[in-house]
Order: sequence, then structure tokens, then C-alpha cells
Amino acid sequence: MPLRTPPLRGAHDDRGASFTDFGGWEMPVEFDSIKTEHTAVRESVGIFDVSHMGEITVSGRDATALMQRLVTNDVTALGVGDSQYAMVTDEDGVVLDDTVVYRLSDESDATAEDDGASYLFVPNAGHDEEAYDRWTGYRDEWGLDATVENRTEAYGMLAVQGPDAESLVASAADGDAADLSRFEARWVVVDGVECWVARTGYTGEDGFELIVPWDETDAVWAAFDCQPCGLGARDTLRIEAGFLLSGQDFDAEENPRTPYEAGVGFTVKLDTESVGRDALARANEDGPDEAFVGFRLTERGVPRHGYEITNADGEAIGTVTSGTVSPTLDEPIGLGYVPVEYDDPGTDVSVVVRDRPKSARITTTPFIDQ
Amino acid sequence: MSIDVPDDLGYMESHEWARDGGTVRVGITDFAQDELGDVVFVELPDVGDDVSKDGEFGVIESIKAVSDLYAPVTGEVTAVNERLFDAPELVNEDPFGEGWMLEVEANDPDELDDLMSADEYEKQVQ
Repeated sequence: MPLRTPPLRGAHDDRGASFTDFGGWEMPVEFDSIKTEHTAVRESVGIFDVSHMGEITVSGRDATALMQRLVTNDVTALGVGDSQYAMVTDEDGVVLDDTVVYRLSDESDATAEDDGASYLFVPNAGHDEEAYDRWTGYRDEWGLDATVENRTEAYGMLAVQGPDAESLVASAADGDAADLSRFEARWVVVDGVECWVARTGYTGEDGFELIVPWDETDAVWAAFDCQPCGLGARDTLRIEAGFLLSGQDFDAEENPRTPYEAGVGFTVKLDTESVGRDALARANEDGPDEAFVGFRLTERGVPRHGYEITNADGEAIGTVTSGTVSPTLDEPIGLGYVPVEYDDPGTDVSVVVRDRPKSARITTTPFIDQ
Repeated sequence: MSIDVPDDLGYMESHEWARDGGTVRVGITDFAQDELGDVVFVELPDVGDDVSKDGEFGVIESIKAVSDLYAPVTGEVTAVNERLFDAPELVNEDPFGEGWMLEVEANDPDELDDLMSADEYEKQVQ
């Protein structure tokens, strides 16, 4: 299957990016160096092309009912222009994907009717089609009146992240974007292009994400004069922040997890009608057997996805799901699952690197000060 | 981007270089460090260990990749660049200089003749 390409593929090539296959998309992994890009975001500002993220819109009379039953969070809590982090789970409460749900503003969506609520949510790379199928399948099964559209290839998506993101976005945008509060979003004109601008991100820094009409993505990208960053730095930044990566830190097939195990129980509202609610209520009552934790290696080495975690007796107790050498701390750090009896910060464990156990210590996340 | 390929070295297909100067000094090429990106970890043998031609002698890890390192000659390790343990970024900054990895006392220095010349290596990486 050919890779899907972001609207900025040519511009990235001209800028000397190297590319990687990510969720079926050919995306820039590195422009200059991961450390340079990472440091720009921690200390000033950087811009990412995240057009591999999906965009699904849901509108119509029963839009709220459909959303409420397919994500774990309570979408009725969203006012116009609010957003929330949520899980998409199956009927057993297993996380299929994580997402951000935005309630769109009525002005921008002339097709919205009735209670006027319409939504945009952002599946991870390569999950847009399954999300679309899930939403339309359940809509039809439940006989709901909602229009579901997969707009993934109608929109590009950019992320401007870092302590200087606010001033950069303020200077590039016609409207007021800088006064958006965390998880707030609205339509803002940037360089003549109307964009859905949200104060969200995936780096552990302040920042904005912009959903941009596909053909205008290059113009909006060019309106931000700052360090271009690839998926390599996006990964090191999110690991330092302790954020989950779909398909890597959980995977419905290879590493099925409930939101409670994955450390995102706060996204589950049990007083809603979500498809996994009954299973999640039981999981919450029983408490998880395993927990998603951060750890630091206390000797040299690089923890990587799939490496074994062992206890002081050398018994296998868990698995690393993400790891790197933190560019901010210059120390090896990682994320993974261990039984709850090992999840207290300060617990000594080991990570097996090429058959050799390396000392590690369970640590609170985020790894960096925020 | 321009890649540095010094004329006076021998090269392996796996992107190690070798410099003959009594003992054989070994490192990885500018092309290799550029492909790897930020190097964060280097695992090397101990002084006194034996390495064999085309055999693995260590591991190099960047943020995005893990690669084995291969020896250009058979012999005994006489020196290891221990600075790389605390400053692996030297491999990025100066791959043919301060980023060197090993010195090997070659059992058969003629093995160096099997390596690629700078011209040949440059063709491989173009």
C-alpha cells in the first residue's frame, strides 16, 4: 500500500528532512537533529507537521449522543470551543485509541442543526478509517441522526509548541489566539487562512495546534518562522512528559489496556452511556493489576520498546513500551507496565538491554518540571 | 549535504573506517553518524579483547536507531576511546577524530587491503 503523504511533503524535502513511515504516512522524522529540535521546543518554540493525525467531524441532531457513547469522557461537559482528552474503548473497556474531542463553534459549521453541537475529534495516524467505520456503524445500529465525515485528507495539522509559542501565534494570527486557555479552541485567521486553533499539544509545553485546510497548509506553515521539528523530537518530548503513544504504549491487539492500567482513568466518566462503561465500572472497582509507570536507568544504556523489566530477583515483571535518552535530562528514561506492587516511585527494578540487566528506578512522570 | 570522506582511510560497507598507523584505529564515517543522528550510547569491548574481521565489536545507539559495529581486521584491542561513554556526541561532532572508537593490533595487516578506498566508499553512499 502506498504511503499517504502530508501536504507539506515537498517543502520538507526541500528543507532537508529525513522521513519515516508512521501509521501509513510518510512523515518528517528529523530536520536538523532531534536534540536541536527538542531543545528549541523546551526553551523557545518549534513547529511540527502532524498532518498524519486524523480529523473526523460529527454533526446533526444526535451528534452529542453518538459522541457520548463512543468516547469515555463526558462530551456534554464541553461548551462551544472547548476540548477534552478522551479514550475510544471497545465494549470490554480496552483502549482502541486516544483522542482529543473538540466541540466546534456553531458559526463555523453552517450544517449544524438542532442543539447545534458539532464535534471534531482527532484519531491517531492510521486510525481514522477504523474510527469512521466505528462511528458510522454504531450510528446506523442505534438509528441515530448524525453526519460523520472523515476529513483526514481535507485538513493538514500543525503544532506550534514551546514557551514562546504564544507570542509567535499572536503575531502570525489576525484574530486573538493568544488569549485561548488550555484546551480551548476557535476559528482564527492565520496569514489569510481560517484555521481551527486549539491550545493543545503533545510536548509538555505550552502551545497550539492548528487544523488547516489541506491546500493551505504550506502557507500557514510558512507563516511561522521557527525551528521545524520532526517526529523524532515529538517522541522524545512526549516521553519526557509521560504521554501515551497509541500503538506503542497501548495496542488493542498486542498490548490491550484499560484506561486505568494506562494511567488515564481521569478520562473515564462512569455516569455516561459509553459502550465500555459496564466493563470499565468493573475494572475501576477491582483496580488494575498493572500500572503504567516512568523509570530512569541508573546506569548507561537506552531502554527501548519491548525490553523486559525485571525485579531485584531477576524475575520478569513487565515490559518497556517507550524509551529514550532524555535530551533535557541527558539520562535514559522510559515508560512501561509493571504489577501495581512495583509502581511506587523509588522502587528498584532492572531493564534488560541485550541480555544484560541495567539498574533502573521507578519515577514519577512527567520527567521534566512543568 | 556534503559528506566528509578522508582519502587516507579504508572503509567498510557497514560504514566503519580504519586508519593504519602501527595499530589500526577504527571509527564510523561521517555518512554513518549523519544517518544515525544524535548518538546517545556506545558499547565497546575492553582492552585485551579479541575482535575478528567483519565480526561485531560493539553497538552504537542514536535516539532513533540501534546499530552493530563491525571490525575491519582481526586482532587484539589495544585502546578504547572511553570518552565516548560520557560524551557519545563526539561521534557526531568529529567522527574521524575525537569520535574514534578502538585501536586494534592487527594479526594480519594485509587484511586492510580488502577495505574500500575513499573513492569506492563515496560511490557507495552517493
